[in-house]
Amino acid sequence: MKVLWQLFSAFFRIGCFTIGGGYAMIPLMQKEIVDNRHWMSEKDFVDMLAVTQSVPGVIAVNSAIYIGYKTKGWKGALAASFACIIPSFVIILLIACFFHQFKDNPYVVKIFAGIRPAVVALIASSVWTIARKMPFSYAALIITTASTLLIWLCKISPVYILIAAAAWGIIYSRFIHPENHSSC
Amino acid sequence: MLSVYWSLFITFFKIGIFAFGGGYAVISLIQHDIVDMHPEWGVSLQEFANIVAISQSTPGPIGINAATYVGFSVTQTWIGAAIATTAMVMPSFIIMTAICIFLKKLSGNQWVQQALAGLRPATIGLIASAALMLCNKEIFIDYKSFVIFALALPLSLYKKIHPIWIIFAAGIAGLLIY
Repeated sequence: MKVLWQLFSAFFRIGCFTIGGGYAMIPLMQKEIVDNRHWMSEKDFVDMLAVTQSVPGVIAVNSAIYIGYKTKGWKGALAASFACIIPSFVIILLIACFFHQFKDNPYVVKIFAGIRPAVVALIASSVWTIARKMPFSYAALIITTASTLLIWLCKISPVYILIAAAAWGIIYSRFIHPENHSSC
Repeated sequence: MLSVYWSLFITFFKIGIFAFGGGYAVISLIQHDIVDMHPEWGVSLQEFANIVAISQSTPGPIGINAATYVGFSVTQTWIGAAIATTAMVMPSFIIMTAICIFLKKLSGNQWVQQALAGLRPATIGLIASAALMLCNKEIFIDYKSFVIFALALPLSLYKKIHPIWIIFAAGIAGLLIY
């Protein structure tokens, strides 16, 4: 019971203090889980990140489930993931209630008219930041361009794009270039 | 009313299954499944951009924040928010628990590696399309919008300034110039 409570409080704190998405949570988790609590070794933590990034879902929640499960079984997984989500849930709910009442307020309208183009810039810049970390190949460039155009102009659901891309990755490295496993 | 909760659940469960490639890629899925596929829910592209800004400047993963917000906004109850958030997390829970039980070495699995090699470039396409979809007259209302965009882009690209400060500065700019 004590460990469950520790899991809950650790992930609750991580959930409270990481602004800017799941990746911002990773260093905090590492400090809390590896350095402070010794629930996992450094190596296990890195292995865990490889797993949680290979499966669908929010990476922070995936990590919480994994760490929780390894520490205290499915109860641990439930406690950690629940704790990690509650702070955002409560904060967003309060903001959503507030925003619903004030969204026609002239000041709020002005503020968000300024914010919206900046959001587009943030999303656009993350395209570059993520693309830069990947090894360049023409095949990858074609996949990126094709999926962009198909979703943007042809309004094809991203779900189909992802299924096709995963299938292509397997087909390419099994049948077209069997010797090259690192990229597609 | 019940059917709204049910389709919220189904929609976010599906998003949870296909949430590859981090928060911004999830944004693209939400954009397609909520704004385009469910116009009756009344989430416009403008409101969607607001949601992204709010999700980005509050604690927590962007996907979770967006799910909670959309769930509330569609139903106007906390139950809707809870259903959307739970539905979004449920696939993770099922898949991760299954991995912990059955597969010790998923990341070393060849099939998984090959699928991921195809998925990675596609998730970049998802994010790029999310940005392009927001380039319209509702969001770029006049030349001032382009000025804000042109200033925010290099700041987030080269200066590595935390997104929250860019959103904060853009909000102040909006207050002053509009």
